[in-house]
Amino acid sequence: MEILVCARRVPDTSENEIELNSAGNDIERDELVYSVNEADNYAVEEALQIRDRVGGNVTVVTVDGEDGEEVLRRQLAMGANQAALVSDDAFNGSDGKGIATILKAFVQKGHYDLILTGVQADDSAAQVGGMLAAMLDYPFASLVNSIAVENAKLKVSREIEGGNREINEISLPCVLSIQTGINEPRYVGMRGIRQVASVPIPTLAASDLGIAPAKVGEAAAKLKRVDYFIPASSKGAEILHGSREENANRILELVAAKGGLN
Amino acid sequence: MWTVVGTYSPVNVVDWLVPGRNLFLALQVLGVACFIYIVSKRMVPLLRAQADPRFDRPLTRLGRVFKFWLGQWKHPRYRFAGTLHIVIFTGFLLLAARAFSVLIVGVSPTFVMPGLSGRFGPVYETLTDYSATIVFLCMVVAAVRRLVFKPVRYAVPAKYGKGHTTDAIFLLGLIALLMAADSLFSASRFAGLAQAGQSAESPAFLSLPWMIEIAIASMPRTAVWGLNVGAYLVHAITFYFLLCYRPFGIQFHVETSLFSIYFSKLEKGTVKPVRWDVSDDHLDQVKSFGVKTFEDFTWKHVLDFYSCADCGRCADNCPSNAVGRPLVPRFLTIKARDHVFQHYPVLGKPNNSNLLIGNIYSEDEVWSCTTCGACEEECPLLVEYIDKIVDLRRGMIDDGNVPQSLQKPLKALESRGNPYGKMEKKRGDWAKSPELQHAAPVKVLDGKNGADTLYFADSITSYDDRMQSIGRATARILSCLGKNFGILGAAEKDSGHEVRRFGEEMLFQSLREHNTEAITESGVTKIVTSDPHAYNALKHDYKDVPPVEHISQVLASEARAGNLRFSGVKNTDSVYTYHDPCYLGRHNQVYDDPRDVLDSIPGLRRVEMQRSRDRSFCCGGGGLTLFYEPKEDQRMGVVRVRMAAEAGANVIVTACPFCMVNIEDAIKVAGIEGKMSVIDLTELVDQHMVREVPKEKLEVAIVGG
Repeated sequence: MEILVCARRVPDTSENEIELNSAGNDIERDELVYSVNEADNYAVEEALQIRDRVGGNVTVVTVDGEDGEEVLRRQLAMGANQAALVSDDAFNGSDGKGIATILKAFVQKGHYDLILTGVQADDSAAQVGGMLAAMLDYPFASLVNSIAVENAKLKVSREIEGGNREINEISLPCVLSIQTGINEPRYVGMRGIRQVASVPIPTLAASDLGIAPAKVGEAAAKLKRVDYFIPASSKGAEILHGSREENANRILELVAAKGGLN
Repeated sequence: MWTVVGTYSPVNVVDWLVPGRNLFLALQVLGVACFIYIVSKRMVPLLRAQADPRFDRPLTRLGRVFKFWLGQWKHPRYRFAGTLHIVIFTGFLLLAARAFSVLIVGVSPTFVMPGLSGRFGPVYETLTDYSATIVFLCMVVAAVRRLVFKPVRYAVPAKYGKGHTTDAIFLLGLIALLMAADSLFSASRFAGLAQAGQSAESPAFLSLPWMIEIAIASMPRTAVWGLNVGAYLVHAITFYFLLCYRPFGIQFHVETSLFSIYFSKLEKGTVKPVRWDVSDDHLDQVKSFGVKTFEDFTWKHVLDFYSCADCGRCADNCPSNAVGRPLVPRFLTIKARDHVFQHYPVLGKPNNSNLLIGNIYSEDEVWSCTTCGACEEECPLLVEYIDKIVDLRRGMIDDGNVPQSLQKPLKALESRGNPYGKMEKKRGDWAKSPELQHAAPVKVLDGKNGADTLYFADSITSYDDRMQSIGRATARILSCLGKNFGILGAAEKDSGHEVRRFGEEMLFQSLREHNTEAITESGVTKIVTSDPHAYNALKHDYKDVPPVEHISQVLASEARAGNLRFSGVKNTDSVYTYHDPCYLGRHNQVYDDPRDVLDSIPGLRRVEMQRSRDRSFCCGGGGLTLFYEPKEDQRMGVVRVRMAAEAGANVIVTACPFCMVNIEDAIKVAGIEGKMSVIDLTELVDQHMVREVPKEKLEVAIVGG
């Protein structure tokens, strides 16, 4: 099976202190450390596991500047067969639809049976996967938390409200957005990255993919961020100051009052 | 029936026309051939294993043979079992010459062991008569222990297979039989010769041969000679059976222990390199890291598996085992031994061995170890565990097989140089608190400032709100002692101590490279740290950095020199106990310095926990261990604080920020807040230190030590 995973580089929320910039329209990006978006990492792991079960190839693609190579290197170290960086100044400022347009052009350059994305990027809106599927006229399933390959079809499980699951059959080719927790992604250490240091990663520009610059980038974006703020913290926590027994009883009362004990 | 040709000796017995000499010769050739064959088969895995250079420093190694093998140094740590072993071991050594001469006498009746022909001969006979008797009795005692008293540490939980008692009793029985046959042989020989009117040394008074001799003295001559020949045969068969049976189980240590101890690890606190035969610069060329299959172990580690005597002392002291984690050091070895015996059979060809993880070891088993070193400290045969655990972890890291809970901190260590993912520029912020700036300003050695001494704080002391207090106390102490010191601040990264011990060697090496450069650039000539893990890393894992001391060593030497004086202890109800951090105590033998410092605080009442010094019980482990979520029945820290309460203490003093984390949490979990508290040595010293002591008073200061 030929699998494509769309991954993205994001500021790692667990390794950064996110602060607003002085203009208030973005976060302070100096001294941030980046890593692959968590859900995308699960998607790559899932692709590798499917490949190891049924054979085929895993390709990882990212739309980014040249720093995007860092993420691709890590995915190659995990075991992806190849990686591609889609990069062009014309892409800067693209909205979700713009990114989906770029990815669609990339997908049409190859032959992929299955396209995976993370359920959403840490700093984004969970829209690219669905739009990409629509543009390609492929079926789409979101929030996927297990995949079984059955002949030319997949059985995918989705998480629905209340922690329930539903199983869907979906025909190939298709696009799936992968939920975190679907697997346990393997660890990639420095040694793994060093071992793939010399693997070539092609960079594809707008012209290589036949993308009209007017269709993407800031000019084409119809979705613009106008404000960015950290909500003021409200008085949400109640701290219990009693003895251990008193606190335990009080917690029981509170949980019962909110309908948590039936 | 049999007849005797000429003077009596088993050699001269002719049975169904087979002369005794031929029979015994055949038996002995067969026995020796079998033994050589079996041992050569057991050598195969050693030859296929990885390199391990253990041929250096022969004198040091011989010294260890004298201490740990001949001197049985570790044995008295278990008073009864240890004494029993020392007696049996001594008996075996004494009986060795007699056993060989008895065997040779079967072929050559006039043979006398060199050195035993003169006046020493009868003395040796007497000695060995008693040895055989005592060893025989020891077998009885050991069997009673096994069958009636059943010490807990010999039990085998169901998941590790069937119990080892049957095998143990079988071996004890064989040795008892050997002793009985030996005694019967000498008794019947004496009785026979006496009946024939020939002179011979009588068996030693009250020994087993002496008692047997009394019982058989009045038997007919032929019966006595019959017993003599029978005893000889039983002795020879048992001897060779034991010789060839030993390489199949725990008794193999009789042969291998000498080598295990000679080749034992000499440097405590260190971790073996990824591959002994590949330098750090060439590691990129190594295809696979760590131990994945059995053949990835080094030959010394395979020898360890052969040598383990299944005494259970490692497991008895292992904190991981004590709290019900899935790791029991004893079975780490036993399972490997079963594995190698199965895959390298004595009869047949070696068959390919599979991956160890998922087959004989579980992932949790390997991650459960805190590398506290209690097992290695206890093992009478100096079996190594930490290097094997680290090698197994290296194999898992190499395959990407790492618990999710550890991946985040490892990633953060890579990108930020600390496991918490905090900003590098905030690393030195702990030293910027206004009260510290006023009392003891801390320099950041960033090229503008210089100092003699570097205070290496390491990650937890730098970033953890609670542990920053240890950093500030250390800074105030160093400043009060007049030390010209500074910190690296943002230029410091995690020492990587646990990174290496969790098997992420390349990440460790990059942290080490960064820190070594920063330390060298700072131009300091000494390093001080308050974190035993950083201390151990800088002392043993780093190369080319200035000498490093733990703050307790600095304090003890300053106290001895009279440069440190303390005011009397404030709370007279407090009873203190010192908890030895593993990486200060066991791994670096710093036991007395922190105790001396405590004892020089006037009025401080201190008690010892039962498990202290080299038997200290790990608090739960440091560094990355804090991120690992083990499967366990209870926390190590909780067990430890209960030990402190049992000792009658209400304040635990420790000298490690990780011990502080674990013990502080454990006090809450155990529900004894208010009854038990924990304080770091630096904090206690900081509270009691008399600042600006007049010179003349210093000279009369009496310091405990």
